[in-house]
Amino acid sequence: MVMAISVSDLSVARGGIKVLEGISFTLASGQALVLRGPNGIGKTTLLRTIAGLQPPISGKVEATPESIVYAGHTDGLKATLSVLENLNFWAQVFGNKDISGAMKQYELTTLADRPAGALSAGQKRRLGLARLLVTGRLVWVLDEPTVSLDRDAVAMFAGAVRAHLGQGGSALMATHIDLGLDEAAILDVAPYRAKAPEPDDFDGVFL
Amino acid sequence: MIALLVRDLKLAMRAGGGFGLGLAFFLIVVTLVPFGVGPKSSLLAAIAPGILWLGALLACLLSLDRIFALDWEDGSLDLLATAPLPMEAIVSVKALAHWATTGLPLVVAAPIFGLLLNLPVEGYKPLILSLILGTPALSVIGTFGAALTVGLKRGGLLLSLLVLPLYVPTLIFGAEMARRGVAGLDNTTPMLMLAGITCGTIALLPFASAAALRVNLR
Repeated sequence: MVMAISVSDLSVARGGIKVLEGISFTLASGQALVLRGPNGIGKTTLLRTIAGLQPPISGKVEATPESIVYAGHTDGLKATLSVLENLNFWAQVFGNKDISGAMKQYELTTLADRPAGALSAGQKRRLGLARLLVTGRLVWVLDEPTVSLDRDAVAMFAGAVRAHLGQGGSALMATHIDLGLDEAAILDVAPYRAKAPEPDDFDGVFL
Repeated sequence: MIALLVRDLKLAMRAGGGFGLGLAFFLIVVTLVPFGVGPKSSLLAAIAPGILWLGALLACLLSLDRIFALDWEDGSLDLLATAPLPMEAIVSVKALAHWATTGLPLVVAAPIFGLLLNLPVEGYKPLILSLILGTPALSVIGTFGAALTVGLKRGGLLLSLLVLPLYVPTLIFGAEMARRGVAGLDNTTPMLMLAGITCGTIALLPFASAAALRVNLR
């Protein structure tokens, strides 16, 4: 089995404060892993660290270079560009051409010429998720991918993830809702909450 | 990279993109000057190169905070940072797009604005040449400032304070080159200095901008 991501003894910090420590897991190709945990525990920080947007405090993230695609809380859409232009742009950045599959998967074909600024929140999110398909990357790192999606769209997303896993891809996502993906493993990050550091000297108390 | 350039140019042309904003600002500054200093044509001719350079600089400053702020707000900067483009290439393309939508129109429009300030005929060539050589440096330095202040709410003022001192060498040699041209003097030295500053900033600052962006995205 090919390892997509291997995380060992990882500690991450947000705003200079350590939020999670000692996290280890591996994600193989064809697998999905769902991160659970209360608000503020550091799921987003963990995902951003794995995506390479910020350095870890300690530990390491091993992944095939150029295999990860990240999708955060925002979709990175330009309001004045049309759905087609937005998706085409990301396809070109990642060196792909064909976006019709992604348009079809998320039922965006009828919205193709509409400016992204005129889409509803759920439609914007669908466009943001369609971006994952056009990148052609194997490891999806997703932060709350189903926010503002309706039930049908969640099913669309689950279908896209399942197809992606079937093609040897893998997905790591933080979400609170049940996607209906029975094959996905669940990792609760709450036990890894970082302990407040013991101040080792008098000055340390004030730092 | 070309996709990013095309997208940025397209965004600048669309509604709210800010294309032409700098140009209109430049026009207003240049037309306000005669109201401020009086309509004496000999006086205007003497200060024309300096005013045109100052106007170009301020017009350039006006649109700097848009370089990264919009991409940061809608999350595309995060996504670009994880895309297979090196960060240095992203900031270089951004600077190029800024120059193409701000600096280049200023260069093209400068002769018309020179007319408004009674710029002597022999001054047009050195003025345009100095703007062509100098405005890329304004965009590249400005991109660095924008990278430093990305993510700050109301970062525009701080950006101006950071960037304006860095514009001083470009302004000195650019205006000096145009002024000497108007006076019919040899302007090789300021031209070489100006070209040197521009080449130096283009070669070095993208690395600094990329490093600043990486820190700001954490």
